[in-house]
Amino acid sequence: MNRIIMLPLLIPLVTAVAMLLLRNRVQLHRVLNVVSAALSGVVALAIFSATMSSGVLSLQVGGWEAPFGISLVADRLSAVMVVMSALIGLCTALYSIGTIDEDREHYFYHPLLQLLLMGVNGAFLTGDIFNLYVWFEVMLISSFVLLVLGGLPQQLEGAIKYVTLNLLSSAIFLAAVGILYGMAGTLNMADLAVRIPLLEHRELLTVVAVLFMITFGVKAAVFPLFFWLPASYHTPPVAVSAVFAGLLTKVGVYAIMRFFTTVFVRDDAALIYDILLWSSGFTMVVGVLGAVAQYDMRKLLSFHIISQIGYMIFAVALQSPLAVAGGLFYMVHNIVAKTNLFYVSGLVKRLAGSYCLRDIGGLYRLYPLFGLLFLVPALGLAGIPPLSGFWAKLVVIRAGIEAGAWGLTAVALSVSMLTLFSMIKIWNEAFWKDDPRGEQSAGRTEYHAIGRLKQGMIIAPIVVLGLVTVVFGFWFEPFFEMMMLVAEELLEPARYIRSVTGGVL
Amino acid sequence: MTFLLAVIIGVLYAAGTYLILRRSMVKVIFGLIFLGHAANLMIFTVGRLTKGAPAFVAEGASGLTGAFADPLPQALILTAIVIGFGVQAFTIVLFKRTYQTLGTEDLDEMRRTDQLPGGKS
Repeated sequence: MNRIIMLPLLIPLVTAVAMLLLRNRVQLHRVLNVVSAALSGVVALAIFSATMSSGVLSLQVGGWEAPFGISLVADRLSAVMVVMSALIGLCTALYSIGTIDEDREHYFYHPLLQLLLMGVNGAFLTGDIFNLYVWFEVMLISSFVLLVLGGLPQQLEGAIKYVTLNLLSSAIFLAAVGILYGMAGTLNMADLAVRIPLLEHRELLTVVAVLFMITFGVKAAVFPLFFWLPASYHTPPVAVSAVFAGLLTKVGVYAIMRFFTTVFVRDDAALIYDILLWSSGFTMVVGVLGAVAQYDMRKLLSFHIISQIGYMIFAVALQSPLAVAGGLFYMVHNIVAKTNLFYVSGLVKRLAGSYCLRDIGGLYRLYPLFGLLFLVPALGLAGIPPLSGFWAKLVVIRAGIEAGAWGLTAVALSVSMLTLFSMIKIWNEAFWKDDPRGEQSAGRTEYHAIGRLKQGMIIAPIVVLGLVTVVFGFWFEPFFEMMMLVAEELLEPARYIRSVTGGVL
Repeated sequence: MTFLLAVIIGVLYAAGTYLILRRSMVKVIFGLIFLGHAANLMIFTVGRLTKGAPAFVAEGASGLTGAFADPLPQALILTAIVIGFGVQAFTIVLFKRTYQTLGTEDLDEMRRTDQLPGGKS
């Protein structure tokens, strides 16, 4: 049963290799991409239900006992994240069919997407810090290539910033891994959790913790380490931006959650939580202010990613079960809503001909139903009841009040006003105001020029993710109870440790 | 030996940090490479240096006795070097292509993706 943990890594790998072998059969790539993503989804759900019913699954790869070999571990947190990665993978596979041009497809767009998902899943499932570094690199190199695929000037410019800052963070990660190994003599997360409290020489522990925080902070785009994100995320095709927006920054948040609950326990990481609390406030504010100023729809959404990360980090840094459950729900809700908004921005571009909100308008008059497709994720993100964002924010803010973090709770509340404002801005500019180019007639756009099938492939993921946002909102309680179970397990690392080490250590 | 390595690591970090703060893309690449090497050497040094004691189990013995060189840092560095090599190769090609496309290697001139469209800054 435990071997099932391998599958979220093996399925994308095998698919990617198969695509590379059949390099000219682009049609087949599309089908394979969807099939592989659907299979991953089934496997992810199986892992999720297994962790929910029977606790932590762990696998010692190659039969080497922990802590000597590399462990793959699926606890509830990992399982939730793998489910989300499969959902976004499937939706993006569909959306890519409708939007990615054939040139990019010939230059290995589909295999790269699979390898990216493999890296993301690997980061979620590994139980070893050095292995986490390796999965980060797998993820990064695929994302580098996806980002520059097409070679437009702004893509290259954005990629320079993205690549440089991410490589810098990798170097810091590596240094932190080295120091930690020198101190504790192990890199297995469960083993580290046991050994770190017993260490005699603790002088460097804070340094290591801060180095890890910086590394994951860069990945998660936390203030003041986010500058690569708004410089690059709007440059590739929308399908790529969407999968980046949905998953990549959340890998950073996941790593922060994992590290500062499982590996470093409360006392060793007290300073980290303080820093994270402060920076979460700045992250929320700076992100949303950046968003409010933008007129390019994709840049506006990119800045929003940063602002939303602030909420998650705020919740993680509070460390109460309610806060962590809220942060998790926030992350799940945000992955869905954010990816969906990027999909919608691609649809708007295809309908109106531009991403720039100043140049377009009048979409609601011509396509009222598409307006609804935008409103669901937009209001969900802003936190209008009864959609998912409302509950996510409610729980996080409640946890903030319970912890007595009044200042940051006030910041979180006012930032959601600005979030709503910027969503209304998109609505007013793109959908509501009259088209500045004069009256347009429906049905003569880039969107209508592609075939029925491709249109369906664009609309289907938007509808699916929109439904998820609605379902999270209307049936909030069962999902939240699940998140509470996840949070309890996360804050109680004993079960994780016992599963990996077999109770020996 | 440890002291010497510590000095080298320090110099590499200093040089790397200085270089990635330069505006020229070529220097930034060198800076990134230096930082990668510094991290690798650091893993090697922090993992304790033990001279002339490979981690071999002697004939007839059931385990290692006495001090022995820990092979794990070397395995880590080997992996990191391979990954670093691939990533650096990609970076060099990316930077070259950027230079060809944009016609400049001054990073200060690459501001288009950060500016507001129509902005005056």
